[in-house]
Amino acid sequence: MAGQDALFEYLLRLGDNALILGHRLSEWCGHSPALEEDLALSNVALDLIGQTQLWLNLAGEVEGKGRNADKLAYLRDARDFRNVLLVEQPNGDFAVTMARQFYFDAWHYLLLRDLSGSKDGRIAEIAAKALKEVTYHLERSQEWVLRLGDGTEESHRRMQEAIDDLWVYTGELFEADAVDAAIIREGLGPDPASLRDLWLGLVRATAEEATLSLPQPGWVQKGGKQGLHSEHLGYILADLQFLQRAYPNATW
Amino acid sequence: MTDKKEWPLWEVFIRSQHGLSHRHVGSLHAPDAEMAIMNARDVYTRRNEGVSIWVVRASDISASSPSEKGPLFDPANSKVYRHPTFYDIPEELGHM
Repeated sequence: MAGQDALFEYLLRLGDNALILGHRLSEWCGHSPALEEDLALSNVALDLIGQTQLWLNLAGEVEGKGRNADKLAYLRDARDFRNVLLVEQPNGDFAVTMARQFYFDAWHYLLLRDLSGSKDGRIAEIAAKALKEVTYHLERSQEWVLRLGDGTEESHRRMQEAIDDLWVYTGELFEADAVDAAIIREGLGPDPASLRDLWLGLVRATAEEATLSLPQPGWVQKGGKQGLHSEHLGYILADLQFLQRAYPNATW
Repeated sequence: MTDKKEWPLWEVFIRSQHGLSHRHVGSLHAPDAEMAIMNARDVYTRRNEGVSIWVVRASDISASSPSEKGPLFDPANSKVYRHPTFYDIPEELGHM
């Protein structure tokens, strides 16, 4: 795959992961189990939406067709979204939200750490800024996995279920395709496979401390990075894009 | 869930960017001290207010009783010599 095309795709992946997970977290706003948690989840959501703007604006710039972050977020169809399947999974209960967050944060943290050394200064700069935010996200979701896993009988049961149910979506984080190959070749980003052991180490250590057991590696549910999504993404986009679709170019 | 125990209340103290000491900013609920600090970060330092956070369980604070206000504080009223109003403080000294 040619350099600029691959870079555009790669930036969409980074931006779409942040956009869709940020949207999912924003669904908690006003519904969290405690006021403090409501604010905290909204803060994480806002961090991710901020990162989305940076990645997607850069994607638009690289593409060179006059699209900015707003156009890319509001006017693409599900098939053109490049987020991993993990982030579009429904919020479920609090344990599901936190398990999804923890799996993602641990990977996001490792990825951004490598990207902050990217040969492309623009990528390195965004990654360095996002890394500070994500370091905190990881600390927070990790603390919750510990507390719910090693909490009451019920919180343990729910957290274990969430860890099990979402496991099948984690494999996609480490699978490389032609886009990744081009990015690795040009020194712009890491080989996704190289993050797997670090991620597993981090997740395993936390799970053990939380008295949770990790499932065995097995069947991997994938396709999001290439635009093949679960049915959930359509509903997310209906929510997210309604205004711009119904009232094109509306501003406020 | 049948056991809906409330999280304990924590009092939050923040030292601001240029502040000299931690100031009480409010309270919040959290299951333990670590989470209380995280929650304080999210509730009270969203606009870059702080460089340091203290949390303390509200139940660990001993307070003076309002009914003892008279005996505790009134006697200081008539002792003007305890106030350092008789000294000139040089400009260079700054905050004191």
